[in-house]
Amino acid sequence: MTMAQEHRSSTGKYVVVYVCILVIAALQFVVAYSAISGPQMFTRMLILAIVEAALAVLFFMHLWVESRGLLWFVVIFTVFVLLAMQYGWTDSFRLVGGAPWAK
Amino acid sequence: MSQADLTMGGHSAGVMEQPAFSVPAKKMAMWLFIIADTATFAACLVAYGFIRNASPNWPRPFHSITNVAIMTFILLTSSLTMLFAIDASKAGDKARAFRWTMITAAGGILFALLHIREWFALMGEGMTLLKNPWGTGLFGAAFFSITGLHLLHVSGGVVALVAVGLRYQGGRYNSDDLEITGLYWHFVDLVWMFVVPLVYLLNLSH
Repeated sequence: MTMAQEHRSSTGKYVVVYVCILVIAALQFVVAYSAISGPQMFTRMLILAIVEAALAVLFFMHLWVESRGLLWFVVIFTVFVLLAMQYGWTDSFRLVGGAPWAK
Repeated sequence: MSQADLTMGGHSAGVMEQPAFSVPAKKMAMWLFIIADTATFAACLVAYGFIRNASPNWPRPFHSITNVAIMTFILLTSSLTMLFAIDASKAGDKARAFRWTMITAAGGILFALLHIREWFALMGEGMTLLKNPWGTGLFGAAFFSITGLHLLHVSGGVVALVAVGLRYQGGRYNSDDLEITGLYWHFVDLVWMFVVPLVYLLNLSH
């Protein structure tokens, strides 16, 4: 493959990923106006945001073509930190419900 | 044994050691920064979710999605223009790479201006850091701190794009430096993908 062909193919790939991300972003706006409950809306929007972010990390930030070691390093450390932050939610629900500990 | 050998713990082979994950040091530093900054934004968004969940009278002040939709479109498009800049620099087309980098920076400036206009509109409706006319006063603090931190990143990114772009054009930086700046710019875009649904779309007044 010549340099010009390579350039055209990567430009095409970027445009396809960009359009996919735009469509997912538009879907988030559609979900915002759909008649569903708050938790359902939150879940759907979060899933769409994760897919959108994964596309950006893998193809815009080129993590897909970096070494597998770097990919796993980034994914494992980031996901671990994100999961570790979720421990406080039960207390958040307790604050609004006031039960059972506040009684 | 030379001083260099002693510094490397006596292993002379250490001098020729491959970089971690075969990634150049500057790029690795940017990835480490991105991981750390992900934790910063995640902490802000989790704290925001925590207080939103625990506040029964959470405000829903956003009447329209037009402004945030335009801002999202601009930021996503600026990520694409950044990729065009990196592509052009890898192909050795310096003028085109510089032009796309400046277009990306212009996108960042436009995004920041729209964001500031939105802030002023909310402040005009009576929203401050500690109070607002719609519900719990915590909303202002949460909204301004999250979007403010993001805006700070966008502003820093614009400065970095212009500085690196100029130095690239002047021959002091190469395409790798442009690519590393691009990593940061895509990260700023990525954070916005989570800020939009959590801070804006879940707080629409409909």
